[in-house]
This record gives sequence, structure tokens and C-alpha cells, in this order.
Amino acid sequence: MAVTLTDSILKDLHLRMVRIRRFEETAGKMMESGKIPGALHLYVGEEAVASGVMAHLSNDDQITSTHRGHGHLIAKGGEFSPMMAELFGKATGYCKGKGGSMHISNMKLGMLGANGIVGGGPPIAMGAAFSNKFRKTKNVACCFFGDGASNEGSFHEAANMAGLYKLPVIFVCENNGYGEYTPQRNHQAIVDVADRAAGYGMPGVIVDGMDVVAVFEAAGEAIARARAGEGPTLLECKTYRFYDHVGVRGMGLTYRTDDELEEWKKKDPIDLFEGRLKEQGILSEAEIQAVHAAVAADIEKAIAFAESSPFPDPSAIEQDVYA
Amino acid sequence: MAEAVATKARTLTYVAAINEAVRTVLKEQPNAFAAGEDIGGAGGVYGYFHGLQAEFGADRVYDTPISEKGIIGLGVGAGATGCRPILDLMFMDFMGECMDEIANQLAKMRYMFGGAANLPVTVLTMAGAGASLAAQHSQSLEAWVCHLPGVKICMPCTPYDAKGLIISAARDDNPVFVVLNKMSLAMKGEVPEETYAIPLSKANIVRPGSNYTIVAWGRMVHEAVAAANKLKDLGVDAEVIDPRTLQPFDTATVVQSVKKTHRAMIVHEAVRFGGFGGEIASQIQELAFDYLDAPIGRVGAPFSPVPFSPALEKHYVPNADAIVAGVKAQLGI
Repeated sequence: MAVTLTDSILKDLHLRMVRIRRFEETAGKMMESGKIPGALHLYVGEEAVASGVMAHLSNDDQITSTHRGHGHLIAKGGEFSPMMAELFGKATGYCKGKGGSMHISNMKLGMLGANGIVGGGPPIAMGAAFSNKFRKTKNVACCFFGDGASNEGSFHEAANMAGLYKLPVIFVCENNGYGEYTPQRNHQAIVDVADRAAGYGMPGVIVDGMDVVAVFEAAGEAIARARAGEGPTLLECKTYRFYDHVGVRGMGLTYRTDDELEEWKKKDPIDLFEGRLKEQGILSEAEIQAVHAAVAADIEKAIAFAESSPFPDPSAIEQDVYA
Repeated sequence: MAEAVATKARTLTYVAAINEAVRTVLKEQPNAFAAGEDIGGAGGVYGYFHGLQAEFGADRVYDTPISEKGIIGLGVGAGATGCRPILDLMFMDFMGECMDEIANQLAKMRYMFGGAANLPVTVLTMAGAGASLAAQHSQSLEAWVCHLPGVKICMPCTPYDAKGLIISAARDDNPVFVVLNKMSLAMKGEVPEETYAIPLSKANIVRPGSNYTIVAWGRMVHEAVAAANKLKDLGVDAEVIDPRTLQPFDTATVVQSVKKTHRAMIVHEAVRFGGFGGEIASQIQELAFDYLDAPIGRVGAPFSPVPFSPALEKHYVPNADAIVAGVKAQLGI
């Protein structure tokens, strides 16, 4: 699908990425300061993937996410305040404080949840796509998963059924080179997860996951195919996690080298894209700074909202178990 | 084999009642579909989907690959987005293939999302020993499901209950497991032609009695009734209660009975140790301790996998004699 890259699309892609980056950096600080309990898996470095895909989706299109899910929800239209409140464990959070980082979700936005189980998302996304087809809509489901999840049986069962039923689903593999702390070469015998598409009768496409425009264009084609009833696609986005599997450390990790991180940081998706926007005269440096400042102000408001919100009452524990 | 043909007295087999219930649901709910292994062209390995694909079409009744994670996941994703899936998990033993989708996704999604998701998913599955299907096709694993907040579970023991409970399950906005028993498939019973629903919250007093309470579910209800008939000569007038639904469990009906009878036995086909009967016994003693004249008894399968040989299996599965023996031992009679 040849979507013309208008200025407004480019600015939209930029804003989505900046919103994710700023939110994640702040959330990391909040976790370090003890305001956010539990485990945070941050999306810093991978922003181009969520942003490039989500720019094609409406609220009636669904996504399933991963344990690294904040970026997906932000790109899908999630608001900072209920997100931050959820991470704080507050009653005003998107999940009333019952889900937290690993289960953050918003059904109205078609965001069927971050997922604490690696490989939890693919069967659910396949089911949502089945529903779209069954209900005769033109909606699609996008399933975000990692190179690690591509080794789970759930991925293979879901991919097979999606291919079999020609479902409107896009399996978006965020191949960041690591399944938790294990490098890809030590967890699978292939380099390109996209190779696995052939086994399920769907195209496998590889794209530079640090280039938001490349992701946007490739995702656009896959989503157009799905909407046209031509079935699923496996879209592999080569990307990198700037932080650790959990938390905010980037440097000095035992399972990867600082040099490797530095090499990938040269491909920072936001830096690269901002350079391009300036070069093409779409945004000036001052305008870019204004975008960052506006996002930062929104995040400050979200922190204030989260901090001033009440914790859930203990009486809420046994609520929402059943309809 | 499973075609729902009404006789004059409108007697149906268990398998035909299941079939009629699914047909009823597919008729009354346009967003319902059925999906499972071999259910379309073949009508299911036990035949209870017989004729449904021909009647409703391949876009209502789906053959799936042998992919239990995929089947349950299909139900989660479709159920959360406006469909009402009826899934067939051929044997309950296969929960091992899809326990993440059951326990971590289906059961928890609503809660994790702060109540924002509905999961109107019905799972039909087959339990029970007695057909020499050995350790991986004979288990009664209802305790696994009962331990999962977010899921309901019922175990119909007659054709009448099968139809009424499946219809209730499919109308419920929660995930509901309907655990069927493979040894009951040919059982006959009266089933009204009209649509009816049996509430997923109310126990059935199958046989009233005055001085003993037997709580049994699934196929064990029939063994319990047979045992009660034998016990009558010993001066034991047993009330047999079939909870029908294990989650939610109708504790009130059971406790009320025990307050009247003062003695109780819990019977299930599942392995006795760690079985759901322990939970019921515990609830009775918590709520009716002062009314008890004897320790609460339990009858269940031995602590072993289900054996293959008929010579072993017939001793493995609890029956009326085992219940009678248990009652006699408990009462010292």
C-alpha cells in the first residue's frame, strides 16, 4: 500500500516515539526511587516498532503486547495519567491497580494487554483476528512478540491457525537480539525469525526496526493485505533494547558488551528520525524541543495525578474476578 | 450415532442432549461459534457435534488443528472482542497442553484488566475413567479448574443436566468449563424439547434423606444413589446432593443438609488426596462443626495414575460398593 508520507504522518510518528521514550525514562526513575513497585521492562530503543505499526490502527483494531508493553499502549493512544497511576498501583489506573506494568491494558483502545507470559499474546491476537473475520469487520489484530517468544509453542500454534484460517493478523516480531538475558545465537538456530513464516503459509518480511518510516511502510503493506482478506504476515523488526531486560541499567551488563550497546545507540530511532526531519525541513530543532517539552509537561501532570490518586481499597481484592 | 432423535417419551441420550444444547446455543446466539478438534466434518470423537457443521455451516462450526493452546487462545481473543466461543477440549487430560491459556489468560484477563474485559467462553471437555483409555485419557481434573479464580465449572451427570447446564454456561459472561463424563455418553434420560437453563449456582438434591449426607458429582452421583439404596437396609437414609456446579459451589445447600443429617461423605472420581472433596469437607466443618456426629468421610480414586488394564481400572474407579464400605467404616456398622 503506497501511503504518501505526509508531514502530518511524519510528525505523528515522531510524537509517538517521543511520548514512549519520555514516559519510559520517567517510569524508570520512578521505579528507582521506589514509587513504582514490582518489575518494569522498559521499551527504550524499540520505539520505532510500536509507533510505525500503530500509526495504521484505529481503536477497533486490536493489539496484544508483551511484558515490555508500555510503548505499545502509548502508541495505541494510551494516556499518561491512568498509565502512570497503574504503574503506581493506584485505583485510578487503567486496571484499577490490579494489573500493573505487566498487564497494563485498555479494551476501549483495542489494547488486549501487556502479558507477563512470554508467548501469551499470539494465541489471543489470533483469536481477536478470528473475531474480526467472524464478525465481518475489516479490523486487524497486531501481535507484538519477541525473538524469545518465537520459541514458545503458543506462537507456532497461533501462527499455524492464522495461516490456516487466513486471519487478519500481523505477527510483529521485535527481535532485540535477546530472550531475557540470553543472546539469540544461544536460543535459536536461525538469525531471521521471519524464516518461520514459511512454515505457516504467510509472508515473512524483515525490516530495520530502528527506522520508523521503514516500519511504517512495511506494516502498512501487511495491514492492507490483512484488511483485504489476504491473511497474516510475519513482520520481523530488527531492534535493540537500550536498557536491561528489567530495569534501567544499560551499561556494564555481563551478558552483552558496552561496545554492542554503543553501536546500536548510533541507530537510536528518535535521533535518526529527528535528523531526517530537520534535514527535510519538516521540523526545526526548536520545534523538536517544543515537542519534547510538551510531552515532558504531560508526564509531570501524570506523575502528579498518580501521586495524588488513592490506592485501591482492600475491599476491591475480590471484585472483578467474575462478570 | 449422536443425532438428537426424540423418542415418544422424549428420551435422549447424554450425547444427544449435549448436541441439542450446542444446537440451541448456536441458534439463539448469533455471535456464538464452536471450535475444536474433529468437531466439524467428523462431529467430534464422541459424536456430540454430529450434524452441527452441516446445519450451521463451516463458519459457525470449525475444525481446528490439534493445537490446544491455539484453541483456548482463540477463545480468549474472540471472547474478549465480541464473540461467544464454544470450545471443545476433547479430553480434560489435554489441559496440560493449554494450561497457560486457561490459567494465566482465560481465568485472569478480566481481573488483570480491572474488570474491563468479558470472557463469555464455554469449554466442553471430557473426563472420566472406565474405558481402558489409561493414564492420559481418563482423568478427572476438576480440582485444577476449581483452584482458578475467574473460571466457573459444572459437571452434568444426566442428559437433562447436560442440556440445561451447557445452555447456562453459554449464556454466562464468564469462562465456564462443562466437564462431561465419557462413561455417561449412552445414558438415557428425559430431556424437554424446549429450551431451559439450569443455574450455575444451585445444587440438586437428587435423593432426599434424613440421617446421612452424600455429596457427589459427575458420574459418581449415580453410584452415590445406588449406594444410598443399599444403605437403607443398614438404617442409613442418605440424602444425595449433586452440586452440579463446583465453582461457584452451593455451600448453603450442603451445610443445611448436614445440619439435618449430622454425618457426611464426599465422593468424587478424582484422586482422593488433594481432591476438591477436601475443600468441601473443610467448609462443612467450618460451618457446621457442632452438628457433626462423625468425621467427614471422603471416597475418591487411589493416589496413582489411572491404570490401563480393566482388572486394575475396575478397582481404581470408586463405585457404590466402595461408597457403602466407606460409610460403614466411618460409622462402625
